[in-house]
Amino acid sequence: MKEIIRLTVVLTCVCMVAGFALSYVNAATKEARAYQDRLELLGALNMVLPEHDNEADKDTVDISGITYYLAKKDGNINGVAFKTSTEKGYSGLIEVIVGVDISGQIHAIGILSQKETPGLGSKIDEDWFKDQYKGKTLEGANWAVKKDNGDFEQISGATISPRAVTGAIKEGLTGYEQNKMQILGGSDVVQ
Amino acid sequence: MSFSKEFIKGIWRENPVFILVLGMCPVLAVTTSAANGLAMGLAATFVLLCSNMVIAVIRSIVPDRVRIPVFIVVIASFVTVVDLVMSGYFRSLHHSLGLFIPLIVVNCIILGRAEAFASKNSIFLSIADGLGMGAGFTLALVILGSIRELFGNGSIFSYQLLGSGYEPILVMILPPGAFLTLGILTGVFAAIEKK
Repeated sequence: MKEIIRLTVVLTCVCMVAGFALSYVNAATKEARAYQDRLELLGALNMVLPEHDNEADKDTVDISGITYYLAKKDGNINGVAFKTSTEKGYSGLIEVIVGVDISGQIHAIGILSQKETPGLGSKIDEDWFKDQYKGKTLEGANWAVKKDNGDFEQISGATISPRAVTGAIKEGLTGYEQNKMQILGGSDVVQ
Repeated sequence: MSFSKEFIKGIWRENPVFILVLGMCPVLAVTTSAANGLAMGLAATFVLLCSNMVIAVIRSIVPDRVRIPVFIVVIASFVTVVDLVMSGYFRSLHHSLGLFIPLIVVNCIILGRAEAFASKNSIFLSIADGLGMGAGFTLALVILGSIRELFGNGSIFSYQLLGSGYEPILVMILPPGAFLTLGILTGVFAAIEKK
């Protein structure tokens, strides 16, 4: 019985000390981590949104679980960015950020995270691949890779990744078009 | 038993990767580039050093029957510290090492050294052991990462060495390249050791 108590006391004490130490480190690094998170988001938003003068990460509309980031110039919305993702890639989740102007035409896309095969599927993060989506709209393009009779280039040796990205963007655009009024409705829209 | 002797053994005679063949999960997974190998090695060294120190200090008050849970709590705490600090200050490294930072907890070198060395030796020797094993581990990861990056990408530490005409051997930065390189290096180590 004495032994059991001793074991319990030692283990409890060690865990308590560890717990307090970790809560301290967590609190001490919280600000730095939040700052890095924001830098990452701002970098991605600046990449895909047209030139704007507001803080797009703070000007947001949430609709059915998707956050829409609004870009504004002189107070008028001139672009919207949103994240979309797919698990249909070759390995794991692919996260894409899409920036559109208010008519729904793609301004630019960016790959936020992907674990595709280096040198093959990972080419979805190269400029020539991402640039082909610029200027496309949901209605104005055939949203599939060329192998599936669509408009978008595949990558030789890796068709799955481009197919997944194209599908994800299409899904994101569909969501945007469906909720367009609600997203843009919050402020004055000037064409 | 001296400080330098305990330190040197981790680098050569008991190198954790090439001789003891411990902690293979991060060794194989993160050595796609020299920089990743170095970062992983340093993170593991920090954890190894701190956990060896703490365990050497508390070894006399920890009852034998709960020593493993206590060691794991100590190790996991330091790993969490590394994870949080890296996420706050070295974000791009944190991204490229990803899942393998939390997995340092189950790196058998660290628990292995706690159990085999720090729980039986003074804090002074445990520091030497932690530093030596960490240095040996880091060295192995950097060698492995450099070779794989050189052949798979034509560069070392992102510094282009083989020129633009070089056609990268992609398989070297894919998982098979890790096994091939590790196998060859382990063989080389064994051959040198025999002489």
